[in-house]
Amino acid sequence: MENERKLTIARAMAEATAQEMRDDPSVFVMGEDIAELGGVFGNTRGLLEEFGKERVRDTPISETGFIGAAVGAAQDGMKPVVELMFVDFFGVCFDAIYNLMAKNTYFSGGNFNVPMVLMTSTGGGYSDAGQHSQCLYGSFAHLPGMKVVSPSNAYDAKGLMTAALRDPNPVIYMYHKGLQGMGWLGTEAGAIVHVPEESYEVEIGKAAIAREGHDVTIVSIAQGVHHGLKAAERLADQGIRAEVVDLRSLVPLDRDTIRASVAKTGRLIVVDEDYHSYGVSGEIIATVTESNMADLKAPPKRIAYPDVPIPFARVLEQHCLPNADKIVAAAREICGAPVPA
Amino acid sequence: MQPAKDTLAWMYEKMVTSRRFENAIEKIYMEGKSPVFNMADGPIPGEMHLSDGQEPVAVGVCAHLNPEDVVTATHRPHHQAIAKGVDLKKMAAEIFGKATGLSGGRGGHMHIFDADVNFACSGIIAQGMGPAAGAALSRQIQGKPGVAVSFIGEGAANQGAFHEAMNLAAVWKLPMVVVVEDNAWGISVSKEASTAIQRNSDRAAAYGIPGHYIPGNDPMKIYEVAGEAIARARRGEGPTLIEVETYRLAGHFMGDAEGYRPDGEKDGLFEKDPIPAMRAKLLADGNFTEAELDALEDKAQAAVDEAIGFARESADPKPEDALTAVFA
Ligand SMILES: Cc1ncc(C[n+]2csc(CCOP(=O)(O)OP(=O)(O)O)c2C)c(N)n1
Repeated sequence: MENERKLTIARAMAEATAQEMRDDPSVFVMGEDIAELGGVFGNTRGLLEEFGKERVRDTPISETGFIGAAVGAAQDGMKPVVELMFVDFFGVCFDAIYNLMAKNTYFSGGNFNVPMVLMTSTGGGYSDAGQHSQCLYGSFAHLPGMKVVSPSNAYDAKGLMTAALRDPNPVIYMYHKGLQGMGWLGTEAGAIVHVPEESYEVEIGKAAIAREGHDVTIVSIAQGVHHGLKAAERLADQGIRAEVVDLRSLVPLDRDTIRASVAKTGRLIVVDEDYHSYGVSGEIIATVTESNMADLKAPPKRIAYPDVPIPFARVLEQHCLPNADKIVAAAREICGAPVPA
Repeated sequence: MQPAKDTLAWMYEKMVTSRRFENAIEKIYMEGKSPVFNMADGPIPGEMHLSDGQEPVAVGVCAHLNPEDVVTATHRPHHQAIAKGVDLKKMAAEIFGKATGLSGGRGGHMHIFDADVNFACSGIIAQGMGPAAGAALSRQIQGKPGVAVSFIGEGAANQGAFHEAMNLAAVWKLPMVVVVEDNAWGISVSKEASTAIQRNSDRAAAYGIPGHYIPGNDPMKIYEVAGEAIARARRGEGPTLIEVETYRLAGHFMGDAEGYRPDGEKDGLFEKDPIPAMRAKLLADGNFTEAELDALEDKAQAAVDEAIGFARESADPKPEDALTAVFA
């Protein structure tokens, strides 16, 4: 493509933030190692150099303090972007997130808005063990009062960040480490795509059809979308046409797109790197079975992280993670294809 | 209180063990990670936080501890684990993610647990503080001997858990000692940029307990001050907060380009490497001969070689083992 501008998710996030900061003086960024270092995962690179220390602030390791401070600043006319370096660290600061950020709009009857973005990294696969590898999509999406998004590619990353920054509500922006395009965490080529230079929004609450198909619907988010796409490619060779739905947002959830896809295919597989029980996978399946049971030609399947803490050793972790092989096997099973291929 | 000769020998040997162990880990960590550095690759995947330079803190404190005493450590635990007497072979195997590791490969380098010597870790900043206070409380309630030491980085003193546990320990006069390893950096953020006061030990005043700052990364001085604090805790007189000036000779983790360090900072640091400094001091004081120190180094190296060999040769866990040991 001519004039193609392929960016990593990390750069797309930084670009969206910079563009909003140019237009809106109320936007400022704070978090650990986000200024001088440009973020451990690269998503704030260049911001300090352009906007200076007043608006791009390295914080002490005090998540309760600075996320709580973001809530206060948001209620006072600012638009803070804060980073929780790994989502796993939510344990030390969840009150600020869930009892303040997520509830103050409601409790104040709309007297106060809390327009802020909380960026946080998710995901494993590189042996960092269970205090640095979780997704926790379901934990955040379960709790009312905050929007939750997670991009699978750089185009959506930029558009979702812009939309999040313009949203009058708190938005949890979860970015998967394996998709950031930081070489030291591996590279997912499919996440590095063309990104227009000018500012644009990707609507929060709108899923995308990442690949069209007629035989089975694979629903996922972030890294899981890439597993789904790889599986779909292989399934196509075996005569099974899989449709891949990239949720992009968990809150609000685009139930219509999920239902419409399953109405077409009659089969559903949910791929979720978060824990199996009480999470996103169950919610997606309920979305279909509650209202569209008759569409289903086979029981839905979920490929999720088993209900165990994430282990360090490669063989242990890889055993638990979703991957294209597991999706292919599940798809063949519910499509009635002989197993194995 | 000056360490006796056998204590000095132990301190030197453990410092060297820790350094040689990390030298070995550092090399093996890079296997399979070049030309492209991907953390997921090689015999030791994941993050790797080395403690090179910080060995004096571990030995100066742990020289006063017995296996029954409790230590909680951080994401940078090797030196403390070695000084506390964690089984080196099983620890190496854990860092390699092998079935013979302390936790069968479930924990890895940031989650070193050895119940035999009461050693535990958390990779979440300052989260060793509560458990150390709890272990101290348990000893107090049960009337069992033993103190709890929580090692943290200077960056952790800005975390809520630090203050909550500190106050708890002070108000209940718990047998606890908090040792802050001030290596000047929390990843890329300097102590100066993140901390409202120069010395975290001054925060002891807020809890009405003794606070000590130890400059110079000096194992003898650390030994002396930690000895007083631990003895005080054993006597039931309550907690102490100690901050030690130390240096991280490596990056925050392996792969860290360290662009945030001022020019030349690291050259200066290597000149202050505490291990050659201790060797020189032991010789200058006339306590040890070259041959005695060489023998201690050889012993350390042999232990490291044995541990690394054991880890290399051990088998991987069975993949399905991931699903076990969630509950007791
Ligand atoms: C609650 C929490 N916040 C952030 C981190 C990420 N993190 C890991 S190490 C580190 C710096 C720690 O600095 P310090 O406590 O001084 O210890 P050092 O790394 O220097 O040994 C940070 C911010 C974490 N592990 N836990």
